[in-house]
Amino acid sequence: MKAGSNLEKILRAGHFAFTGELGPPRGCNVEHVREKAVPLKGMVDMVNITDNQTAMVRMSSWAAAIIALEEGLEPNYQMVCRDRNRLAMQADILGAYCHGLRNILCLSGDHQQFGDHPNAKGVYDIDSIQLINMVKNMRDEGKFAGGAEIDVPPKFFIGAAANPFGEPYEWRVHRLAKKVAAGADFIQTQCIYNMDLMREWIKQANDMGLTEKTYILAGVTPMKSLGMAKYMKNRVPGIDVPDEVINRLAGVDKKKQADEGIKIACEQIEEFKETKGIAGVHLMAIEWEHKVPEIAERAKVLPRPVMD
Amino acid sequence: MVKAKRKPLEEIRDAIKSYKRVLTVGCGGCVSVCMAGGLKEVNTMNAELKQMFKEENIECSFDGFTVERQCNMEFLEDVADKVGKFDCLLSMACGAGVQYMSERYPDIPVFPAVNTVFIGVDKEIGVYEEKCRACGECVLGYTGGVCPVTRCAKGLFNGPCGGTNKGKCEVSSEVPCAWVTIYDRLKAQNRLDDILKIQQPMQWQNQVQRTIIQEPYKERYAKQD
Ligand code: SF4
Repeated sequence: MKAGSNLEKILRAGHFAFTGELGPPRGCNVEHVREKAVPLKGMVDMVNITDNQTAMVRMSSWAAAIIALEEGLEPNYQMVCRDRNRLAMQADILGAYCHGLRNILCLSGDHQQFGDHPNAKGVYDIDSIQLINMVKNMRDEGKFAGGAEIDVPPKFFIGAAANPFGEPYEWRVHRLAKKVAAGADFIQTQCIYNMDLMREWIKQANDMGLTEKTYILAGVTPMKSLGMAKYMKNRVPGIDVPDEVINRLAGVDKKKQADEGIKIACEQIEEFKETKGIAGVHLMAIEWEHKVPEIAERAKVLPRPVMD
Repeated sequence: MVKAKRKPLEEIRDAIKSYKRVLTVGCGGCVSVCMAGGLKEVNTMNAELKQMFKEENIECSFDGFTVERQCNMEFLEDVADKVGKFDCLLSMACGAGVQYMSERYPDIPVFPAVNTVFIGVDKEIGVYEEKCRACGECVLGYTGGVCPVTRCAKGLFNGPCGGTNKGKCEVSSEVPCAWVTIYDRLKAQNRLDDILKIQQPMQWQNQVQRTIIQEPYKERYAKQD
């Protein structure tokens, strides 16, 4: 065991992992975090706590993660490179570990231009691959990025994101390889809709032996409506929504679209369970936390394994 | 070269309007090449300011002079005999020139008339594009001659982020993704190995004011302890 987190135990035991997501509030509304946590309990193995998602100010991810922990969830502490330099990152990593956080997800972060402080100075002192490597060296070598010894090193289970769909396609699996070489213990992918490309990418990852070195969790976001699907297709960079998905949603009554969206997601999850090289699913039910129990039920991933 | 753009006239007016005699000093270096602060621009700006001040009934006289370069003390001497006759100087040089001018004539206020924007290239006449941030640790050797510090919106060193979109950067569909450009160029040169290696964190060199001494001059300027 590298970190001994719940997710690590589940994956090492060979269970198919099922993880979720929880966005911190735009303010000090602690009750809201607790409310969102309730439906996730017992339904997912770990919950990603986003870090100033879409470059909008929110409660610090470490702080919201501690609240989630108090609510009985296992957090995945997200950290982006946009807002902190290497000193601040390492300081937060030490603090987060001391408060019981055991998983970390290392990301570049959306560019500040997208958020509500578009002219903030982007930090990007190090990039996501360098961050993965830094957390690994802190854990395995017990050393800060500057080389000094750490007095009791933090031991995180290290995650990274992967996007199988960004161009150039043939580079994508190499970028994954770099993240694995840097020290990513697990990978959570971008939301997947284009299953053909996903199959191709996972095959390449298998062929390169990457899936033996890291656990890949496939990203799934159920479509709530046809409108959402169209928005994702046309407006969200890096997300590939094939016409098939649009047509399926368009083919059912408006009131049934959410249900159809969940159905598509469940079919994907069924396929991922059978796919060599995929170790689990990361469900990003954005502002749909209360639906997670239903989705988990219909995707037949319950009950979740209890590890000690 | 350094590229600059003139400040809005209103901003310049607000900076100098309490002075009666203004000397606008142009620079024959980079800002002249990019048509922001050379001889011609000194004349144009003074004419515009005169007109504006006249319309707004602000009393002020403008004179102009352009030195060869404002980033060199010797050339700054060329205005030494004039400076005394003015209440303030309006420098059209880059930020370096403005500072050197202020250093040479510390008793008189010096105001910048341009914003120094970047180190870049000439795309067309009057059109310039940023290419370099003078970070002090050039990585162009392994990035196929495409600067990730300047041209990738996140300054990444290890490949494209998840937001790269049909060859464009996530910040705008007008801006090419630097890492797609790097990838394409290295692929064509059969040099992809260069970016498959993990690049370690940048040791930033531009966090304190820097001075360089070229090798042949090292001895001449060696510090005596
Ligand atoms: S899309 Fe390309 S250029 Fe833009 S931030 Fe990402 S890697 Fe950099």
